[in-house]
Order: sequence, then C-alpha cells, then structure tokens
Amino acid sequence: MDRTLIISSSPHAHSGVTTPRIMWTVVGALLPAAAFSVYLFGLAALTVLAATVVFCVVAEGLAGLAFGKPLTLKDGSAVLTGLILAMTLPPGLPLWICAVGAFAAIVVAKSVFGGLGQNPFNPAMTGRVFLLIAFPGPMTRWPVPSGTGDTLFGAPVSAIDAAGAAVPAGSAGVDAITAATPLGLLSEQGARAVDTLSSGIEIYLGQINGSLGETSGILLLVGGLFLMARRIISWHIPFAFLGTMALFAGITHAVNPERYADIPFHLFTGGAIIGAFFMATDYVTSPLFNRGRILFGAGCGVLTMVIRLWGGYPEGVSFAVLLMNACVPMINNITAPKKFGLQPSAAQGGGHA
Amino acid sequence: MSALTFAGGIHPAYHKDRTSGLAVQAIPAPQEVIIPLSQHIGAPAKACVEPGAAVKVGQMIAESGGFVSAPVHSSVSGTMKAIEPRPGPMGVPVLCAIIENDGTDAAEDTAGTADWKTASVADLRQKIQSCGVVGMGGATFPTHVKLSPPPNKPIDTVILNGAECEPFLTADHRIMLEHTAAMVEGLQIITRILDAKHAVVGIEVNKPDALDAVRSACASTDIRVVPLQIKYPQGGEKQLISAVLRREVPSGGLPMDVGVVVQNAGTARAVQQAVTAGRPLYERILTVTGSAVPEPGNFLVRIGTPVATLLTHCGVSADRMGRLILGGPMMGFAQRHADVPVTKGTSGILAFLETESAILPPMACIRCGRCVRACPMRLVPSQIAACCDHRLFSHARAADAMDCMECGSCAHECPSRIPLVQKIRLVKAEILAARRKTA
Repeated sequence: MDRTLIISSSPHAHSGVTTPRIMWTVVGALLPAAAFSVYLFGLAALTVLAATVVFCVVAEGLAGLAFGKPLTLKDGSAVLTGLILAMTLPPGLPLWICAVGAFAAIVVAKSVFGGLGQNPFNPAMTGRVFLLIAFPGPMTRWPVPSGTGDTLFGAPVSAIDAAGAAVPAGSAGVDAITAATPLGLLSEQGARAVDTLSSGIEIYLGQINGSLGETSGILLLVGGLFLMARRIISWHIPFAFLGTMALFAGITHAVNPERYADIPFHLFTGGAIIGAFFMATDYVTSPLFNRGRILFGAGCGVLTMVIRLWGGYPEGVSFAVLLMNACVPMINNITAPKKFGLQPSAAQGGGHA
Repeated sequence: MSALTFAGGIHPAYHKDRTSGLAVQAIPAPQEVIIPLSQHIGAPAKACVEPGAAVKVGQMIAESGGFVSAPVHSSVSGTMKAIEPRPGPMGVPVLCAIIENDGTDAAEDTAGTADWKTASVADLRQKIQSCGVVGMGGATFPTHVKLSPPPNKPIDTVILNGAECEPFLTADHRIMLEHTAAMVEGLQIITRILDAKHAVVGIEVNKPDALDAVRSACASTDIRVVPLQIKYPQGGEKQLISAVLRREVPSGGLPMDVGVVVQNAGTARAVQQAVTAGRPLYERILTVTGSAVPEPGNFLVRIGTPVATLLTHCGVSADRMGRLILGGPMMGFAQRHADVPVTKGTSGILAFLETESAILPPMACIRCGRCVRACPMRLVPSQIAACCDHRLFSHARAADAMDCMECGSCAHECPSRIPLVQKIRLVKAEILAARRKTA
C-alpha cells in the first residue's frame, strides 16, 4: 500500500448535475418548438436558427481569445444563447443582422462583463432588444406561416396587415407574405380585431405569425414543464410571470373587452411562454432566493402587460425581463433568508420552561 | 406519523444497499495495533505505560489530559513496543502507542455499576469518562463533557441520532438492529444522567427494519421513536433537533441552549457497555465499502487496527484503489495511504476505484442557487466562496461564514463543481486566525 492516493477536502461525492448538462438540457427542451418553427416557416426559420447559433459560438470563441480567457465553448452556454436569441427573431431575418445580434448578445452583454456568470443582463434579450432598436424594419416584418394561404385568423391577410398591404417576405426569398402579429393587431386596433382568436386552436398550436419561438405555445410549455420536472428550473418565476399576466389580462378584459384582449390571448401570443420558462429563468440574471424569484416573475408579468397594453411596442417580454434583470441585486438583498438560529420558532424556549 | 425533517439539505446517492443487510463480523485483532493518544476533541491523553511493559485488553495506556479529554485503552494484550509519532487520519503525524499482540486477549478486570438506576449520577459520569467514551459519529467529543451541562442549561430532551445520513455508511443501522437493547439502555442511562424528561430516537425511513426493532425495544418505555425523512444532513445535531422538536439552536450556540443533548447510536451502546460492564471503548463497529471493495461489510474492529489490514480483509487490491476515505463521503477525510489506524471516530472506510477518483476542474458560477437551497444553515455559500476568492474575510464573516457546519451539501450540488465548502473552511480559518491576533 505504498501508492499515493488522490487526496482532497470533503465532500468526496457530487450530484452529477453539471453546468454543461444543464445548458444542453435547456437546449433540448427548446428543440421541439424550434423544429415546429422550421415546419411552419421552412428555410426562412432554419437559416436564422442555424446562423444565429453558429454566430454566437464564433463570437464566444473570438471573445475568449480576445480577452485571454480559457475557451468555454463546451459548456453549451453560447449555443443556448444563440438558440434563445434565434427564437426571438422573425423568420427570414437577413443573416448579417443575426450576426450583429449574436455579437451584441455574446460580446457586449456577456464577455465584456467577465463571461459566463458575470453578466447582469440576459444576453439573448440584450441581443434582441439591440436589434429591435437598431433595425426596427426587418425586426418587425413577420412572414405568414405556410399553409395558412392568404387568410389569417379567418380574414384576408391584406385586410388585417397593420402596415396596410401584404408585402413579399424579403431576403430569404420564401414565397410568403407578411402580416402583423396578433399582438401587433391588438396594439393597433384593439381587442375587437383579435377576439375570434382565442376561440380557435391556432394560437395554442402556434399556427400564427411571429418570431420563431413565439409561435408554438404548447410545445414551449411542454419544454418548460420538462425543465421543471428535471428540476432545472423551479416553478417560482414562470408561474409568477404568467400568473401576474393572467391576473392583469383578466382584470383589464373584464373592464373593457372591446379594447383589451382576454387571458388565453395574452398568454399564448408573443413571447409570454418562452419568456416565462426560458428567458426569465436564466440563472445568472435572475434572483437567488425563491421569494425573490416570485417577486421577479411578478415584476416581469406586470411590465410585460403595461408595455403590451399602453406602451409603444406591441410586445414587452424582452424589455420586461431586462428591466427586472436590473432589479436582481436589490431583490436579492431584500429577500435573503434569515440564517438558521436567528428565526424564533414555535417551540423555542420549551427547554427552559 | 409522517416522517420529519429540516429545511434545506440534499439527496445524495446513498449506496447503502451493499452493506445494510450484512451482519456485523468481528475482525481478528491484528499482530500489532497503532493506537493514537489523541482520538478526541480536546487535550491529548498522556501515556501512562512505559515501552516494554506488558498490557492487557482494556488496560488504560494513556490518561485523560484534562476535563475535555478522554483516556485511551489498549485493544489487545501484549507488549507496549513504542510510543512514537505515526501518520494520523487527519493528515498530520500523531503520537501513537504501538502494541504487539500476544494473541491471548488477556483482559483487564472490569466491573460495571451494579444498578445504574440507583447509582449516583456522578459515579455514572465517572464511569463513562474513565472508559474513554467519545462521540462515535465522527466528531469524537468526549461524552462525559456533553453529559455535564452547566446548571443554568437544563436539558429536557435527549435525542438519539439514528439518522446515519452519510451515504455508504451502515454501521449505525446494524447497531440499531443487532444491539438494540444495549443502545436503548444506553439512552436510558444518558437520560437519567441529564435528568431529562424526554428521550427520542430519530431514524431515517430508509431503515424500516431498524425503526421496527427500536420501536419494539422501546415499547415498554416512554422513549419516542420518530421516523425521519431521507435527507442529508439529517443527522447534523442542529438539523436533527429542528426536525424532531422544531427548535432552532441559536447561531453560535449549542444544543443545550435549547435544552437538548444529541447522542449517536454507537455512543449510546458504548455508554451502556461502560456503565453496565465497565468496559472501555477499545473496539467499534464500522462499515468498509466503496467501488474498490469487492467484499464490503460491517465489522467489529479493535481500535488501532491499520486500515490496510481491513482493506486486505475485504479483498481490496491496492493498485486499483484511487481514493481512500475515513468516514462518510460527505464529511470524511481522504487519506494519502492506508497505513493509518482505525480510531474511536472511524465510522467507515471507503475505497474507490482509481477510475472514479479524478478531480474535475471547477467552472464559472452560474448563480443557479443550488447551494443556497442545499444549505441547511440558510447561508449563501456562493457568496462566501466569492469572498474567499477576493480575500474579503470581513465580508465573509458578515455573511455568517462562521455558522457553516461544513456539511458539504453546497459543493455536492454545485453544477460548476466549485469547491464551495472548501473555500468556506479557508475563510473560517482566516477569520479565526484574525480573531486570535486581535485577542
């Protein structure tokens, strides 16, 4: 027994759940919804998905070299950022704009802050908002899913296009026409324009136009619940987020159904579900404690609804998440649990009786 | 009654199935035992037998070095060969008595207390002290000290710790099954010494046979047996008290501050042996298991038996072993080699294959909060570890680093494999060093 053994300080056991495994599991949970967007929008979706992921990975690698940090590509975080960013982009977005978004997400939002774990703002959300502000035209040109023909929501496309007329979808050269998203319609014309929507099955399945990941609420929900079952995310943020939105939508719809849409419409359009399950739950940029997570989710829900109903943009999920990201240090401060032995407990003092 | 538990904690892989069903086997005493003179927390014992002298089994070879100390007894009969420093299980050499076994097991005459129910409490304490009984769960705090709380800290409840929450270990499980009566009597003796009104045995529900055995042994007593949820560190003193009584030991305090004393199952048996038979603590029950152990088991082992002897007995091949742990995987001590002796605090010996022993490099903290939810003391391990990285020790103290009990749950859960509890240990050492400097 003269061989030297490996020594280390306890514990000598590990759960086996590792950061790369978490990242790749989240990627896996997004894939069904991503695949559905390819089914809906074809090559226009596939190219945006693939290009954004590749650009993010390249940006991560180059940033690692530039900042002299060890390469961390295997942890899967760049792939995940790329995939989430792509899911927030319209199909057929010019690829060079995808590259700009990837740069903003990986380099500006993450690497300059010190890389994985150090960024205050969600990288994918930062990338999307950067593109939305820099390229408002291409970022709001929404091709109509194939198979819906020239009608959408039971009306001729041209009639409901907020821009006034159907236009051929641009650079990807697909034979699609563009139209306003349901939320765009709501913002422009009020709940009247969309009140038949929630009674149809299309918005739940995702046969509507919008960003890649905004479409299939059901598949995103399945992915999100899968992450919850695998204990990768907890219920606190998504339930608080969607619950607050539902409450908000329920009250406003009850007050003025002419102007404000109902609960299913708000939950299943736009980025509500992907935002609640996949974006707001980003570990790095969300609170540490469960109480704080509820507060954070509720804040995201309120801000999303305020922007949707009274803001300048039809959709507010990404702005809401970024604004709440900024509140995380404060939320952590006010929600830190009292350590063991400081909390008075019911039977305390029984020993001295 | 539904199983009780505390807030926080983790569910590690338990790996107890290989040994939980195996009855305790006595291991023959080795040719030579190496008995450390300090096997407890507190002052080391002072050798009281000269090299060359003959010793008997159970003979005191080193006397208590103070009140917070415990005497040490020979575990074999034979000749004291030397008293010299040898590699100790904590990584530093310790003064050890080397005794050559003559194989006769000639025993020192011992006598128990005729009737502990009527004997004076001082006599009972003295008996426990002179038999060298210490906490056998691993902390090795001298038991007679724990049984002497100051008069202003009355004890109303004694909790017997049958949680055995460390993965792999099944020695306490076997003690509860095979030495049920002795253990329960030990608990009754402890309860009498402390003049406590209540006695409770807490057992994790993954040991249903032990729950049944202890329940039937306690049927005619007023001892309460409570099932505990399977969770680590359920057997931590503060967590056990929180689970059983819903009392929180104050920060920086001891269980006696809430009127409680916790004793381990093996310690209760040692107390019973000391009081009823006057038998010193010179052997113990421990588990030998792990992926590198072909024939694992629970064994009755003489204190001072080299770990290497036990590994050979269990068929461990030295060249396949990559890691050797004394104690459990969560809080045990890794060994550089197997030439260390079994001590009063050795609850288990774990040998793992070389292929499973690699230490993987840590990655960046992703602020997932797993360590926060794991921490049974409701600390923020990642924050204290970050203070360590930046040498902000006063910040770490403000973040309650000193309340960490080093259970290792945070590091077990960390997906980035950051050595969180290890960094907190470093922080605690720095804070203590600074405190000594200013004192």
